[in-house]
Amino acid sequence: MDFSEIVGAVFTFDNYAQLLPLVRNSLIAGAVLGLLGGLIGTFVMMRDLAFAVHGIAELSFAGAAFALLVGANVVAGSLVGSVLAALVLGLMGMRARDQNSIIGVVMPFGLGLGILFLALYEGRAANKFGLLTGQIVSVDDVQLNLLVGCAVVVILALAAIWRPLTFASADADLAEARGVPVRALSILFMVLLGISVALSIQVVGALLVLALLITPAAAALKVTAAPGLVVVLSVLFACTSVVGGILLALGGRIPISPYVTTISFVIYLVCRLVGARRTRRGSRRPGASSAEPVAAPAGG
Amino acid sequence: MTSTTPRHAPAPDVSARPPAVRLRGAALSFGQRTLWEGLDLDVRPGEFLAVLGPNGSGKTSLLKVLLGLQPLTAGTATVDGRPVTRGSRSLGYIPQQKSFPPETPLRARDLVGLGVDGHRWGLRTRGRAYRERVDRLLRDVGAEAYADAPVGLLSGGEQQRLRAAQALATEPTVLLCDEPLLSLDLNHQQAVSSLINRQCHERNSAVVFVTHEINPVIDYVDRVLYLAGGRFRVGAPADVMTSEVLSDLYDSPVEVLHSNGRIVVVGLPDATTHHHEGA
Repeated sequence: MDFSEIVGAVFTFDNYAQLLPLVRNSLIAGAVLGLLGGLIGTFVMMRDLAFAVHGIAELSFAGAAFALLVGANVVAGSLVGSVLAALVLGLMGMRARDQNSIIGVVMPFGLGLGILFLALYEGRAANKFGLLTGQIVSVDDVQLNLLVGCAVVVILALAAIWRPLTFASADADLAEARGVPVRALSILFMVLLGISVALSIQVVGALLVLALLITPAAAALKVTAAPGLVVVLSVLFACTSVVGGILLALGGRIPISPYVTTISFVIYLVCRLVGARRTRRGSRRPGASSAEPVAAPAGG
Repeated sequence: MTSTTPRHAPAPDVSARPPAVRLRGAALSFGQRTLWEGLDLDVRPGEFLAVLGPNGSGKTSLLKVLLGLQPLTAGTATVDGRPVTRGSRSLGYIPQQKSFPPETPLRARDLVGLGVDGHRWGLRTRGRAYRERVDRLLRDVGAEAYADAPVGLLSGGEQQRLRAAQALATEPTVLLCDEPLLSLDLNHQQAVSSLINRQCHERNSAVVFVTHEINPVIDYVDRVLYLAGGRFRVGAPADVMTSEVLSDLYDSPVEVLHSNGRIVVVGLPDATTHHHEGA
């Protein structure tokens, strides 16, 4: 394959106008997942759960592979796998350090199970590969409804616990002192995360799910600390990556995930560059070292 | 403008209020080891109680009890007249300084804002009242200059001022402080401790202040609870911080020197704890 053939495989825009209507469902699904990934990613970063996302994705993959093997609904299998994994993580370890070792133990087990199920499966090979690397080629109306329905539930739940979850994620001790149910929120968040992972896997696959749930939020955090703006940027970056990825992939004949991950990575790089300037400016901020004591106390 | 708040002594009706903190026959043990027992203690609104003692004497555990995070082995504990619950809005809590990760998506004003309404469900519908409240708290702790700076880029002392503002946001009946001055430079130690003092003596919060080092707050302390060796002593600083009392508590000769309004304790068995000076 020479260079022009590679370019042809990656970018072809013949018959683009005719192809576009065929991916209408995929585009809607992509936009919804971008919204979801951007929202939940902010909390994933605050709670230092990047590795947990990866671990949940592998168990979600095992669940999906099992569903494929027994002829059940793959999305449902994926949901069961990841929510179970997320619940186990939420119940077993509160601190990131405890969690990391648990994830390190459970993740290869899940991946191994998934490979076993796929090896036993005798259907189309494309189905197998899609679980790991993404498969949003054709989303039918039933799948789309399931996807959007789940995403709406997660987003509403997230909105309901937004403030206490922010408090608990920023400083668990202080939130607990103020009566915020830190532990219950942590478990609930893991369930929401599990659902989000399972949905994202349908687009970018188990191996690349971090590109949707981590990279956009990580990029947003590089350029701002204003909570509202972080969320808006994170959602914007995630949607751009997924929808842009689908639109670009339409022309070529390779899966969409390389497009999604590349766009997402480029956004991150740009944000890092912008952010490096901001941090330097921040450290020279006027009054950074001022420590003038407040007015002398009147009593005491 | 009419001035109603007394500047110094609590108003007469305040002493008629129930104690902000009340412990009766309180005991705490872990396995065989008893940290303290038979502890009867009332802290009045507007009273500043310093809790002193060596490492492992149960100072922080006492705060955990009041926060409802640690059940007593025996006895009862009430805050604001009610049995302690797991976390409460009557409590403000200032923990040890602990840095936020550099990329925490919060500005100084957002951190303080969590103290105002972070416990509420749902999204914040940004009201003017909320913004004014946060601005006033930032002004109270002298943090306007960095109100919009990311918390992750602030110094430890600046972060600690914000924690104080956050703890004061609900006008707590009881302010629990766990070594809030540790690892702060002298300027910030003074700033944070005088903030806590104002909340105590001007706004009538009861303060329970756990510390290794009484000197940074010596001018504000009304009473001392000294925990050591499974026993305790409560009283005015002048009555507790004496060679006789501490020698008795530690069961070994300890000398307490007074110099220039400061207290130096010499000969502690647990010598590492008392000798770092403020700065």
